[in-house]
Amino acid sequence: MSTTKEVLVDPIFNNNPIALQVLGICSALAVTINMSTTLVMCAAVIFVTTMSNVAVSVVRNRIPTSIRIIVQMTIIASLVIVVDQVLQAVAYDISKSLSVFVGLIITNCIVMGRAEAFAMQNGPYLSALDGLGNALGYSVILIGVALIREPFGAGTLLGFEILPKVTEGGWYVPNGMLLLSPSAFFIIGLFIWAIRAWKTEQVEEAEYEIAPNLQYKEAM
Amino acid sequence: MAEFNKDSLGNVLFIAIAVCLVCSIVVSTAAVVLRPMQKENQELDQKQNILRAAGLLPVGATVDADGRTVDELFAEFEVRAVDLDTGEYVDIDVAEYDPVKAAKIPSESRDLSNNEDIATIGRRENVSLVYLRKEDGKLDKVVIPVRGYGLWGTLLGYLALDGDVETISGLGFYFHKETPGLGGEVDNPNWKALWPGVALYDDSGEPAVRLVKVRSPEGSSASRYEVDALSGATLTTRGVENLVRFWTGDLGFGPYLNNLRTTG
Repeated sequence: MSTTKEVLVDPIFNNNPIALQVLGICSALAVTINMSTTLVMCAAVIFVTTMSNVAVSVVRNRIPTSIRIIVQMTIIASLVIVVDQVLQAVAYDISKSLSVFVGLIITNCIVMGRAEAFAMQNGPYLSALDGLGNALGYSVILIGVALIREPFGAGTLLGFEILPKVTEGGWYVPNGMLLLSPSAFFIIGLFIWAIRAWKTEQVEEAEYEIAPNLQYKEAM
Repeated sequence: MAEFNKDSLGNVLFIAIAVCLVCSIVVSTAAVVLRPMQKENQELDQKQNILRAAGLLPVGATVDADGRTVDELFAEFEVRAVDLDTGEYVDIDVAEYDPVKAAKIPSESRDLSNNEDIATIGRRENVSLVYLRKEDGKLDKVVIPVRGYGLWGTLLGYLALDGDVETISGLGFYFHKETPGLGGEVDNPNWKALWPGVALYDDSGEPAVRLVKVRSPEGSSASRYEVDALSGATLTTRGVENLVRFWTGDLGFGPYLNNLRTTG
């Protein structure tokens, strides 16, 4: 059963939705300021991607081609609203700090992409694993980004102080830029670099090559 | 086996309706089942904000130093509705009333002209809420909701006054969009600790709180009204100064606080 394992594990590093396909970046920028919101966001995405893949896969043979995107959207949107409602009920503080980003899971390209690309062609079990795998791939990157942003930006991890800040009598001068969204871009860029240095088959071929200048005399 | 055509008009309609029906049932069930818990959370959150502004609950904690819970602490507060123009109490259901929502309804609020609207809130509700805490029959804290425009958006918070209704006991914001690290420092406990003890009104009874870059010498009359400005956040600082002045002024809770001071 190598395919089931591949379906689950491949998206984590070999075919990571963020690092290789560069999808779902928007929420990766917004929610990674601290670890607790990141973890909740990851859990929400895992739930939504897995469940939407299963739901789409179950009805895939009945979905008319002309309205398939709308059907997928409706299923995903409903799941996201359910997640949002549950968060507001059980984790109110975190749902406040995630604010609109839970709702924006609907527009997360990964969820939609997996439903359209995988769940429409495969059975519920494989689709569930695929959704889970891709959401885990997303989570790995997000947690990695938060692991850098929270300690170095705010001196804490999961709210516990690990680098005592100068403003509170410690020695660490926090890097304020890490608290702003652009910093996640740099960190994700570095991750992509690292993953491609490790797995060189992910490096894309250059789209063009500069031809050598054979008529250098004319240029002179 | 009969040929099933999934692209037939009948099937398109059937799937569209079926998906909508199932999804709406799922969503509405979740919303209805979870509603009571959400409402409880919102109320608890509101109570925490009020208690934090009044300095009765440490930041990040859900119990005070003596281990009393939010609900126990909040039970000591009396919630009243106040007509902001007259400064008199009005009899309405305070549990269901939301001043910020009322400010959006034309019949329950008034439009502010440009020079009246120093806090840039657009409209002001006619009736707002106050939270009173008495100790041994004497007024101990008055907490009023405040809001005003900073740099990126409206800051919403609570201003707590001491029992003399002239001294600030604390200020806290529960919602703002200011820049993290600059204007976002309105949440910094060290800055918030500068607020208790600041005098609200000058000798003529006008709101006089100022946020300044350089404090007047200790003990001078001007220093009583001064709080440090936030470095690198001029517009947020101005917004905070204006909103405190607005809500303690004539168009805000001024008339009510005046009544409270004279009648006790």
